[in-house]
Amino acid sequence: MLKTQDSVFLEFDNVKKSYDQKNLVVKGFNIAVEQGEFITLLGPSGSGKTTVLMMLAGFESVTSGTISIRGNSINRTAPYKRNIGMVFQNYALFPHMTVAENLGYPLSVRGMNKTAQRDRIAEYLKLVELDAFGDRYPGQLSGGQRQRVALARAMIFEPTLILMDEPLGALDKKLREQMQYEITRLHEQLGFTVIYVTHDQTEALSMSNRIAVFNDGIVQQCAPPAELYERPANAFVAEFIGENNFIKGKVDRIEGGRAVVSIPGEGTIVAEAAGGLVEGANSVVSIRPEKLFIHPTTHDHDNEIEAKFIARIYVGDFIRYYFRLADGSEIVVKVLNDLSAPEFSEGDTGRLQWLISDSIAFPDQAEMPETMG
Amino acid sequence: MRGFPEYFTIWHIAGHYALRAMAFLVLAFLILPILVIIPLSFNAEPFFTFTQGMLALDPEAYSLRWYSEILNDQKWTLAIWNSFVIGIAAAILATVLGTVAAVGLASPWMPFKRIITALLLSPMIVPLIIIAAGMFFFYTSFGLVGTYPGLIIAHAALGVPFVIITVTATLTGFDRTLFSAGLSLGASPIKVFWDVVIPLIRPGVISGGLFAFVTSFDEVVLVLFLAGPEQRTIPRQMFSGLREQINPTILAVATLLVVVSIALLVTLEFLRRRSERLRGTG
Repeated sequence: MLKTQDSVFLEFDNVKKSYDQKNLVVKGFNIAVEQGEFITLLGPSGSGKTTVLMMLAGFESVTSGTISIRGNSINRTAPYKRNIGMVFQNYALFPHMTVAENLGYPLSVRGMNKTAQRDRIAEYLKLVELDAFGDRYPGQLSGGQRQRVALARAMIFEPTLILMDEPLGALDKKLREQMQYEITRLHEQLGFTVIYVTHDQTEALSMSNRIAVFNDGIVQQCAPPAELYERPANAFVAEFIGENNFIKGKVDRIEGGRAVVSIPGEGTIVAEAAGGLVEGANSVVSIRPEKLFIHPTTHDHDNEIEAKFIARIYVGDFIRYYFRLADGSEIVVKVLNDLSAPEFSEGDTGRLQWLISDSIAFPDQAEMPETMG
Repeated sequence: MRGFPEYFTIWHIAGHYALRAMAFLVLAFLILPILVIIPLSFNAEPFFTFTQGMLALDPEAYSLRWYSEILNDQKWTLAIWNSFVIGIAAAILATVLGTVAAVGLASPWMPFKRIITALLLSPMIVPLIIIAAGMFFFYTSFGLVGTYPGLIIAHAALGVPFVIITVTATLTGFDRTLFSAGLSLGASPIKVFWDVVIPLIRPGVISGGLFAFVTSFDEVVLVLFLAGPEQRTIPRQMFSGLREQINPTILAVATLLVVVSIALLVTLEFLRRRSERLRGTG
C-alpha cells in the first residue's frame, strides 16, 4: 500500500528479532500505519506477533531495523518515555490501589495536580461506564469490569498509540463480544491508533481496519478484513482465516488469470490463479464451505465435482455436510438451515457446484498448516 | 461430635485415639519446659522449685521481686537495651540487604542464581561456632570486635537468609507484568519498584525483618566471641547469670522473652492474614 510520507504515523522498517543470535523470531517486519488506524497482528502462537508488540512497547530490544513514530526512531527510547498506552491480557491492574488510584497513577507520574486528576479520572470512568466504581479495588470487580479499567488506564494519559496484547483472551464469549464493541466505540470516539494482537480471527475481522497475518515470523498478508477473507494471498492465509476446503490437483494451463486444474479421478475444474502458480505444477484449490452448493440448486455454478457423502451435522442456523473426494480428502459444505437442505444416506454420491470466482488455485506448499481455532 | 464411619473397627477407633494422645504428648514435651518457668519466675524465694506456699496458692509465696531485680540491676538493663538496639539495627540492615538480594535473584536474567542463593543462605546452614570463629579473626583486622557495628553486621548476616526466603516467597506470587504496566504508564523503574513492587511484597519484607530481629535477639554464640562487656545482650547476660549467680532473675527474664516472642508471633500471623486478604482480592 502506497502512502505519502507525512501521513505515516508509525513505521516498522525491516525489523528483525532474535533471542539467541541464531534463529530469527521476527524475520523482517514492515508496516506503515496511519494515525487513527486499527491494526491487528493475527497469527498462531509462536508466530512472532507478540514479539513485535513487545518491541514496540520497548520491553524487548530490536535486533535490527527501525521502529519510528512520526519519522523519529524509538529504538533507543526507554519504555517509560515512549508514551504508549498498553492493555495487558491479564489486565495488570495494581491490586493494592483502588480503581481511581490505578487511573490516577499515569497522571501523577506526569505531575498533574490533584484537582485536574480527579476530573480526568471521573471523565474516563464515565467513558468506560464505571462511574460508581472508583473506590473499589480491582479484586472486587468482575473480569469485564477489570478489562474496562485496564482500557481506561491505558487511555487516560491520552497516548496517541495504544497496544493491546490479547486483551479479551481471558473473558468468556459473551463478554468478549461486548468488549469488542466497547473497544471499537472508544477507538472511533477518541481517534487513537491501535495495534492489537490476537489469535482469534473473528475478533480480528470484526474490529480492524487492516490485519497483518503472521506465520513463522513473516507477515503472510496485510490487508483489510474483507480482502483477507475474499482474496487470501496464499494457502496459509486461506486456511487460517475462516474455514476452507482444499482440493489437490495439477495445473494443466493458465489463461486469462484463471487456472485449469485437473483433479485425479474427478476431471478438471477452473479457478482464479494465485500469484506464483506455474503450469504443470501441483496446486491446491480453495473453496469456502459456504460457497459450495449441493445439486440440485438454484445458484449459478461453473464447476462441478462428484463426492461421496459421509455425514450431516446439524449445527442450528446451518447444516454441515461432509463429503469425500476420490483421493480421500474431505470436503465440508455449509448449507443454510432452510427447507432446501437435502437429505443423504451414507455412500450416496452428491454433486458439489461452485463459481470460478469463489475458488482460488494456490501453488501447493509442502506443508499445510493445522487449522487454528 | 462427628461419628466414626460405619466401616471402622475397634482397631481403627483405638488408632484414632492413640494418634491424638501421641500428638498431645509431643505438644506437652515441647511446651511444658517453657510454661513451667512462668509461675516459677514469680517465686518469692530464691529457688528454682515450687515451694509449699506456691503449691497451696498462697499469695504470700508469690512476688515480683525478681522482676524488680532486673530493673534495678544495671547489668540487666544494659543487656536489655543492647539486645533491642543490636536486634533492631541488625534487622533493618538485614531487611534492606535481603530484600534487594531477593528482588535481584527473582529476575529471570540473573546469572549464577543457584550459586549466589546458596552463598547467601549459607549462614543458616554453616555451624554458628564456625561463623563466629571466622568473624572473630576477620573482624579483628578491622577493629570491629567488641564494637556495636561489629555485632550489628554479624547479626545482620545471620538475618539476611530469613529475609531472602520470606521475600522470595512473596515474589513468586508477584505478577511481572505489573512492572511492565508501571513502565508503560510512564513511571521509571525505580518509581515502579517503590509504588508497585514494595507495597505488594511488604508482608514478606516485614516478616523477614521480624525473623531477623528474633535471630539476633536470642543469639549467644556470636555475642560470646565478638561482644565486649559493653555489648552484652540478654542471652549473654543469662548465660553468665547461670554460672555466676543462680537465682530466679533468669526465669523472670525468660518470661519476658516468652512474652516478646508471643507478641512477634501474633504480629506475624496478623500480617499473614492481612496479605492473604490482599491476595484473595487481588
